[in-house]
Amino acid sequence: MNNQTPTLSELADDLITPPLTLWQLGWLRFRRHKMALFGGVILILLFIFAFGGAFLYTEKYANFNDTSQRLLAPSAEHPFGTDSIGRDILARTIYGGQISLFIGLVSVIIETILGIIIGALAGYYGGVIDAILMRITEAMLNIPTIFLLIVMAKFFGGNVPEIEIAGRVFSGSVIVIIVIIGATSWMYLARIVRAEFLSLKENEFILAARATGTSNSQIIFYHILPNTVAPIIVSSTLSVANAILAEAYISFLGLGVMPPTATWGNMLESSAKYLDSAPWLWFFPGMLILLTVLSINFIGDGMRDALDPRSRTI
Amino acid sequence: MVRYIVKRLFQGLPLLLVISITLFLLMMNIGDPIATMGGRTITRQSDRERLTRQLGLDKPISVQYLYWLIGNDWTKVDSDGDGIPDNYGTRHGILRGDFGTSLVTRKPVTELIGERIPNTLLLMVASEVVTVFFALLFGIYSALRQYSVMDNIMTALLFIAYSMPIFFVSLMSMYIFAVLFKKWGLPYLPTVGMFDPQVGKTPWQIFIHMILPVFSLSVTYFAAYSRYIRSTMLEVLSQDYVRTARSKGLPRRQVVYIHALKNAALPIVTVIGLDLPFLLGGAVVTERIFAWPGMGRLFLDHVSRSDLPVVMGILMLVATAVVVFQIITDIIYAWLDPRIRFD
Repeated sequence: MNNQTPTLSELADDLITPPLTLWQLGWLRFRRHKMALFGGVILILLFIFAFGGAFLYTEKYANFNDTSQRLLAPSAEHPFGTDSIGRDILARTIYGGQISLFIGLVSVIIETILGIIIGALAGYYGGVIDAILMRITEAMLNIPTIFLLIVMAKFFGGNVPEIEIAGRVFSGSVIVIIVIIGATSWMYLARIVRAEFLSLKENEFILAARATGTSNSQIIFYHILPNTVAPIIVSSTLSVANAILAEAYISFLGLGVMPPTATWGNMLESSAKYLDSAPWLWFFPGMLILLTVLSINFIGDGMRDALDPRSRTI
Repeated sequence: MVRYIVKRLFQGLPLLLVISITLFLLMMNIGDPIATMGGRTITRQSDRERLTRQLGLDKPISVQYLYWLIGNDWTKVDSDGDGIPDNYGTRHGILRGDFGTSLVTRKPVTELIGERIPNTLLLMVASEVVTVFFALLFGIYSALRQYSVMDNIMTALLFIAYSMPIFFVSLMSMYIFAVLFKKWGLPYLPTVGMFDPQVGKTPWQIFIHMILPVFSLSVTYFAAYSRYIRSTMLEVLSQDYVRTARSKGLPRRQVVYIHALKNAALPIVTVIGLDLPFLLGGAVVTERIFAWPGMGRLFLDHVSRSDLPVVMGILMLVATAVVVFQIITDIIYAWLDPRIRFD
């Protein structure tokens, strides 16, 4: 019989585990985080609801109002009931969800770009640039965001033309809201990026890059930035939740996305008036906002644990 | 110490100046204040021009800002529209404590804000006390029984509470404690206003009207603080001095409340002090939903009517509060931690 015992060299190959990249390691740890996985599943379901639901109802139906059908309680025909001018709430939560999720994601992209640029410039160059940028950051942090959002919504709001994307007409206020949420939320990220840059730029590999004549922009984007990706991703993930909340707050106050374009936030706007007579008006959009924010917070929490470079557990 | 405070105050001033310039620029597109003035529509062109001139809205933005900042009583202004400056202005500017006059109600801004501040402070202080009290209770309990069933349940619940938008908490609590309780014949809570006009402004009335807004304002902060206190306590409890205190046989109570909590208090106080003025942001939504006559509602009402002096006044007050609370937090920090010296 052949001896199946592996040779020593084969054994050594087995013993040395292949080095894991940050992402592989991160995924291994993320998988252990039950709450984060649960959040991920909920979030995927919410996306299926908002984007898959479009196959059940047309947008025209979501904006179709029939005042003889107003304030109907949930029933087989209208599972979530109807609103104060007779629109179907289920259809509106589907199309509103698309806009709310879209606003959340795109405004965070703007926020992340602004935060990275400002934080990187301040941290890398230091000196006067750092002082000026950080004073601006401080000034922005000095006013509660909701006040800034209200003032900026007033400033950029007003008569914005409707826009057409992929054959669908949106209120131009969607773009306005995305821009103002992005413009009022980059400060924490900029501080994180700045702190990372401050410590990373003192490393030998940066000195080496400088010595070989690498340009500043090359050093910033190819040598330092990739090392700061983990905290940026964690912060940006959590920011999506905040952006969706910000949209909801500003639309709730009647300064956000203008009807007929629905969002979860503006569906809540006038619902407080029907607090006792039609609770389904605010319950469903409010619940969807809560679920979205909750699942993103779970995911962000899991990511923070998973991508923490100081953590040594697998 | 005094030198440090003075230095910090002087550092705060340029910051506030930058904030005021930025906000003033943002105000320029806030809308036409004359269009909604006093609830009347001004149709005659000559009236409109006269009003614009009287309010100083015809001046370039830089001059408007200057008048707002330092007043116009040092220069002659043209009040009758003939192009020749005739009388000295009457405004003193915000630096000399004159916040201007509301364009809508023609009342001094300080008076308008002054009427509302006590109501907002009442909400804020009450919710801060409730938040800190329960957060300490839950945070310390969870830290002492880490990974117990109770701790896990609480962590999950706190996560939900933390993700709750204020308006959703408000609407839910109103529905449960006012609408459903009324339906079930239980004693129910009032939902809007500060007191029942038929009963009058008695302390009891204000108290029962406060319960729901304070609850709504507290939920999110309570969740955030509980988590924070839990992790701070866990960190402190694993320190050597706590182990020493335990090993020399001190009663558990003394170890937790004297050795651990006192040291954990430091970061907790910082977070609370820095967050306190930001409660004003939450108050905007809460006051709107519960029709609470506070500063947040004043802000919303006057933003929608393009009333620059009131809006600017409130914003600057908030920004100043943030700066002042940062300094106060620093001072308390130094007082709590004898290792910190400012000189």
